[in-house]
Amino acid sequence: MRSNNPIISHQTETALHQLRLNILVTLVIICSLFLVLRLAYLQFSQYKRFATLSLQNQMSITPIAPTRGIIVDRNNVVLAENTPVYALEIVPEHVENMQSTLQQLKTLLPSITDDDIEHFHRTRKQTRRYLPVPFKLKLSEEEVAIFATHQYAFPGVSIHAQLMRSYPLGDIASHVLGYVGRINADELQNIDSTNYRATHFIGKTGIERFYEDKLHGRVGYQHVETDVSGRTVRVLSKQAPASGAKLKLTLDARLQTRAYQALQGKEGAAAVIDVRDGSILALVSVPSYDPNLFVHGITQIDYAKLVNAPEKPLFNRSIRGLYPPASTIKPFIALAGLEKEVITEDSKIYDPGWFRLPGVSHTYRDWKRGGHGTMRLKRAITVSCDTYFYHLGNKLGISAIEDMLIHFGFGQLTQVDLKEEIPGLVPNPQWKRQTRGVSWYTGDTLITAIGQGSMLATPLQLANATASLSQHGQRFRPHLLQQWTDDQEKPHEFIPIEEYPVHLSNKKFWNLITDAMQSVVKSKEGTGHRFGGNTDYSVAAKTGTAQVIAMSQDEKKRYQTVSAAFHDHSLFIAFAPVETPEIAIAVLVEHNPTASNIARQIMDTYFESKKHEVTS
Amino acid sequence: MNHANTQPMYRLTRRALHIDWPLFGLLLLLATLGLCILYSASNASLSMIFRQTMRLTLAFSVMFALSFIPPHKYKYASPGLYVLGLILLIAVMVMGKIGKGAQRWLDLGFFRFQPSEIMKLAVPMMTAWYLDKKSLPIDFKSLFIAVLIIFIPTLIIARQPDLGTAIMVASGGVFVVFLAGIAMRTVWWLASGLAILAPFFWNLMHDYQKQRILTLINPERDPLGSGYHIIQSKIAIGSGGTFGKGWLSGSQAHLNFLPEHATDFIYSVAGEEFGFIGAASLIFLFLCVSLRCLYIAKNTQTSYTRLLAAGLSMSFFLSAFVNMGMVMGILPVVGVPLPLISYGGTAMVTFLAGFGIMMSISSHRILFNAL
Repeated sequence: MRSNNPIISHQTETALHQLRLNILVTLVIICSLFLVLRLAYLQFSQYKRFATLSLQNQMSITPIAPTRGIIVDRNNVVLAENTPVYALEIVPEHVENMQSTLQQLKTLLPSITDDDIEHFHRTRKQTRRYLPVPFKLKLSEEEVAIFATHQYAFPGVSIHAQLMRSYPLGDIASHVLGYVGRINADELQNIDSTNYRATHFIGKTGIERFYEDKLHGRVGYQHVETDVSGRTVRVLSKQAPASGAKLKLTLDARLQTRAYQALQGKEGAAAVIDVRDGSILALVSVPSYDPNLFVHGITQIDYAKLVNAPEKPLFNRSIRGLYPPASTIKPFIALAGLEKEVITEDSKIYDPGWFRLPGVSHTYRDWKRGGHGTMRLKRAITVSCDTYFYHLGNKLGISAIEDMLIHFGFGQLTQVDLKEEIPGLVPNPQWKRQTRGVSWYTGDTLITAIGQGSMLATPLQLANATASLSQHGQRFRPHLLQQWTDDQEKPHEFIPIEEYPVHLSNKKFWNLITDAMQSVVKSKEGTGHRFGGNTDYSVAAKTGTAQVIAMSQDEKKRYQTVSAAFHDHSLFIAFAPVETPEIAIAVLVEHNPTASNIARQIMDTYFESKKHEVTS
Repeated sequence: MNHANTQPMYRLTRRALHIDWPLFGLLLLLATLGLCILYSASNASLSMIFRQTMRLTLAFSVMFALSFIPPHKYKYASPGLYVLGLILLIAVMVMGKIGKGAQRWLDLGFFRFQPSEIMKLAVPMMTAWYLDKKSLPIDFKSLFIAVLIIFIPTLIIARQPDLGTAIMVASGGVFVVFLAGIAMRTVWWLASGLAILAPFFWNLMHDYQKQRILTLINPERDPLGSGYHIIQSKIAIGSGGTFGKGWLSGSQAHLNFLPEHATDFIYSVAGEEFGFIGAASLIFLFLCVSLRCLYIAKNTQTSYTRLLAAGLSMSFFLSAFVNMGMVMGILPVVGVPLPLISYGGTAMVTFLAGFGIMMSISSHRILFNAL
């Protein structure tokens, strides 16, 4: 349909163009209106929503870690505190020439090593440019002073003070206090992630672990305006964190130190308990380790050294060490005998140096060859006569023995405020059948009656049972916490928990045993002669010698030649003063006979410092 | 206009400088506002403002220069410019194959430019040149050739891949074809044909291009990935409210939540800081520029200039529309800058070159009348 008339064609063309242009004008206006409508929708009807979202975008809440509560002993001696540690930090964004800055810092502070520089470069790669990167940790105070005077020359480099846990007593109380360390993946699962948002350290063992909830405190927050990369632009509001509670322990740092020193060089443990409320005055395990090493992150080499050391310094012998109580069990067995009326004070036996069950050829030997002769209860405890207790055990039977020992808390957790504790063992026929698959023999009962065989107890259990003995059966749950002060400075006393008491039909029995235990140290033939008789205070005690391996009398003659690892453990339990008992003690020394000497040093320290208190 | 024509001063400047004053005034206003918004969007970066001002100066100079050339010279130059552009496009494509990855730039050592930018002008010019010769109504053969003229460069650019520029290039030509008088029936046919072919194009698209379209439908499906731009942009605009947060006070832009806030997403900054009042005013300004250009198209006498003017006007309007629609979340995110406002040089020079041609068309009209 080609038009032959160019004029008409031109006219129709122009008309068409005008029409189409009008369509385009309409289209442009409609599209613009559409945009304006969309704009109105976003900025009027959706304004509230987007305004909120915009605010949320720029506001971020950063947590502030609370300061961990300090730990003091009963006399306010600091056991765990937070000390500032100075570290050199660099904000890479603010440093113009990193290479020369690092070199200049190295000349200024010669303690900076190439390792520090290398480590810095590695950390730097994983950190945002505007965030500080630690460069040199643990600056000495002198170095801090040197750097401070030159700081103007180092833009972007600054000293950062950080509170780190420190334990002034070091090795002395490490097992009982425990230590803090960096939170690991397992712990992360079990903590309140909100409250620990800013926290890097958590109690790993000991008091630090048991009272983690109290020591940690409550996290604080600050509302900050941030940009898209999380950089803080300014702080808008702040909610201060609540510091962790200050813990006051029942421990006496002086006594703890003395006990540690007395045991030093040996392997063993000591526990001192205030018999009137179960508070623990000293709880020592030797050898020990420096808990401060763990706070900063222990090196692989140091850790391997601790783990592989044959004397096991990481092992808490006071609550995890399981030992045969040996003769220290005898006062409790004697109480069972009196209570069950299988013996009286005057029941006597003759000790030829051995005991033989009727119809059995095996002889159970007394520790003294040739025996002690005629035995009554008091002398049997004084000289620790095994034969007497073989007789007694045989008459009592295992269930009566077990019953009495369970009442005194053996074979169960003492529920001390430490999570590492283990329960020990009081054997019985059912246990033997289940674990060993064999029947209980009377012979098992006999060796249980002298504290050997399968029976196992911790030093803390022994001390606690001794405390109960001194209090005529009144039993307290041993505890380390005396008082805690919350962040409002309000003190809360720890109320001692009384356990179900040991009840005897005749109160006289208690005095009989106490009397016998007194003669252990007083009597010339008493086994506690190493303790020494000339004390300012009256003592009731019992010694014990735990065999590491069974040896015949003849072998014992060659004692000197036997390897130290096979030497007997020595044990010592005591309470004092006898008239109005205050403290009970249990000491265990592995492969070494000095438990009573060590107990003497500890008890002397206690009564000496008491004397000072009275005079001053 | 008639009133304006009577003023001797106006006539003088128009003849001496070939300036369409209303258009020039609007463009200057937009450019000035653009600098204000950019000052805030760039976090008060004076160096960015300086560079943008330099570009604007260059672009406006190009505009003035091109306005002197009479329209018939453009007409003669159309095929040559188109072929040159096509050769450069192919050159870039080949170099891109060698150099791997997206290649849009032609590096001449001292000067880098995108051949696709030439096509923004060359395609409407060539289409107008071709269809101007054909009388009405346009037969299918002519239509087919016109479509080839438009879509050969478009497809090359789309494969670069630069979907935004491809759309702009195509739109310039498509509106010329529309104006040249293809039957409305054919328009509907083509529209429905495109709808049917849509799934085929979907398959041709790059994954990230598909992502953008899916994201448009539901930005929250990937709030930190491809949806992030749209979500943050909508937050910026929406939180501006009626009057905005105030100049230099847009938290979304200044705290860097808003991506590309100096370039493609600069309109969000305007929406956040100046609110509905400011953002709607910008839309109004773009509308005014577009209408002024269409007015020029309406008043020009020759078919070629009319077609070209309409094509350039629509290309400009569509650029603004796609950009604003994109930042407001009603169109997919394609890299189309907001004319005269977004930071960056190449596109700006092209737009003002287009306005230079517009002014040539507008001012030389009088000259033809006089002859």
